[in-house]
Amino acid sequence: MPKERVPAIEGWFSMGGEPALVGTRGKESGSYFFPPDLAVSRDPSAVGEEYENVELSRTGTVWSYTTNHYEPPAPYVAPDPFEPYTVVAVELAREKMVVLGQYEGDAVADGLAVGDEVELVLGTLSADDTAEYVVWKWRKVSA
Amino acid sequence: MHAWGKWGRNFVEYGVAAARAALDDAGVAWKDIEFVAGGETVRNGYPGFVAASTFAQALGWNGARVASSYAACASGVTALSTARAQILAGLADVALVVGADTTPKGFLAPTSGERPDDPDWLRFRLLGATNPTYFALYARRRLDLYGATTDDFAAVKVKNSTHGLTNPYARYRKAFTLDDVRNSPVVSDPLRLLEICATSDGAAALVLSTPEYAARHGIESPVRIRAVSTVTPRYPNTVIEMPNFATDSAAGSSAPTLSFRDSIAAAAYEEAGVGPEDLDLAEVYDLSSALELDWYENIGLCKEGEAERLIRDGETTHGGRCVVNPSGGLACFGEAVPAQAIAQVCEVTWHLRGQAGERQVDGATCGLTINQGLFGHGSSVILTS
Repeated sequence: MPKERVPAIEGWFSMGGEPALVGTRGKESGSYFFPPDLAVSRDPSAVGEEYENVELSRTGTVWSYTTNHYEPPAPYVAPDPFEPYTVVAVELAREKMVVLGQYEGDAVADGLAVGDEVELVLGTLSADDTAEYVVWKWRKVSA
Repeated sequence: MHAWGKWGRNFVEYGVAAARAALDDAGVAWKDIEFVAGGETVRNGYPGFVAASTFAQALGWNGARVASSYAACASGVTALSTARAQILAGLADVALVVGADTTPKGFLAPTSGERPDDPDWLRFRLLGATNPTYFALYARRRLDLYGATTDDFAAVKVKNSTHGLTNPYARYRKAFTLDDVRNSPVVSDPLRLLEICATSDGAAALVLSTPEYAARHGIESPVRIRAVSTVTPRYPNTVIEMPNFATDSAAGSSAPTLSFRDSIAAAAYEEAGVGPEDLDLAEVYDLSSALELDWYENIGLCKEGEAERLIRDGETTHGGRCVVNPSGGLACFGEAVPAQAIAQVCEVTWHLRGQAGERQVDGATCGLTINQGLFGHGSSVILTS
């Protein structure tokens, strides 16, 4: 029986066919915020403005990235044996912000570089006997 | 100061040793200290354990008023700023500032347990975004945008390891070569193990007073604190920083002219009435080798993208225009979080007094310290002889 796919955190991304990060947007300032964890606008130019949940851009460009070769401490759940993984910082044009995420794929084999276009996908963060915990990841858009 | 290392003892012992050394140096009796400021970190699940009162109790309660500051890597200077404000306000004549830590082995990790409301916990859980992850993101930018090479980063480690060779407070006193760095394992590419600061035990303390109090105690030319900057970022902060998942958005409000790190230094320069051209030395937070190059630009030693030229030309070592990290920096110390920013101030003070021994920066009259830590904390101090 296939394991249930469960978001690793509730409310930070949508799980549909075209997954997207969920942030908030100030209705007056037009500023975006991620994660959507605080029920306040943090733009001081629009004190107390109303805000709404919005899906963030599904594509962006690589601001920077790094591959980690050492197993991080808990609460990261690393595969056994440990496998290096890449964290990528992605610049979203409309939102004018940079968002982190793990990279889906092999950064070296993909020839990943600053400025490359990436798109948001869902990937597996970890799994246990009952469920697969899903998180957002970024994947290079092939030319 | 108490020497940095991995001594495995209680941080209070280090703090007491550093406090007593500072009091001896100043010729001030502990019973005369009116205010104790402590740099904090979190231990045993609560912050009050590493606090000014802990040191005051260990030194023997003397009735002094106390304040404790948590500001991540800037904790020590935030404590200093509190003591300084008490003195400037006329509420105290003499104060003691103490920071000390005992660190666990390995990566700095978030507090344990299930903490899904804690961004520091979540960045490890959801991303595996260790501190070196963020350092590496900055380092990669230098490679791709400014034409830096990994040897430029390694050269910073080589320089700092040379600077710290004779520093009795440094944990690592070994002259590393470029090949040593090139051959050390990659942690978060492009950064290698020898380019990322360790976590250490250590303690630093200093005595702060009014000029009149110093004169009454026979100190003719005390080192002066010209500025203390503990500014937070201005919205929108568009550089990704620990422990955040995203930057602020510049879609609604345009980004400020100065980056956060730039603004920490700018506030110090403005208050002190000096500029980068006046600096003889600077103690900057080399959490990674590459980050030291970012600081050259943030403190105005050169324009953005030009820091590699300074390290290649030897401008930031003895004989150059501004000696950066004459102590050996975090490369030689590792980080003892609540003590580190105070240690930076101690180092500059010794140089301004001409007491830094073999690592002395000749004729130093003006120095700067600067650092940045989690949660929008940062600090800078400018001192003159």
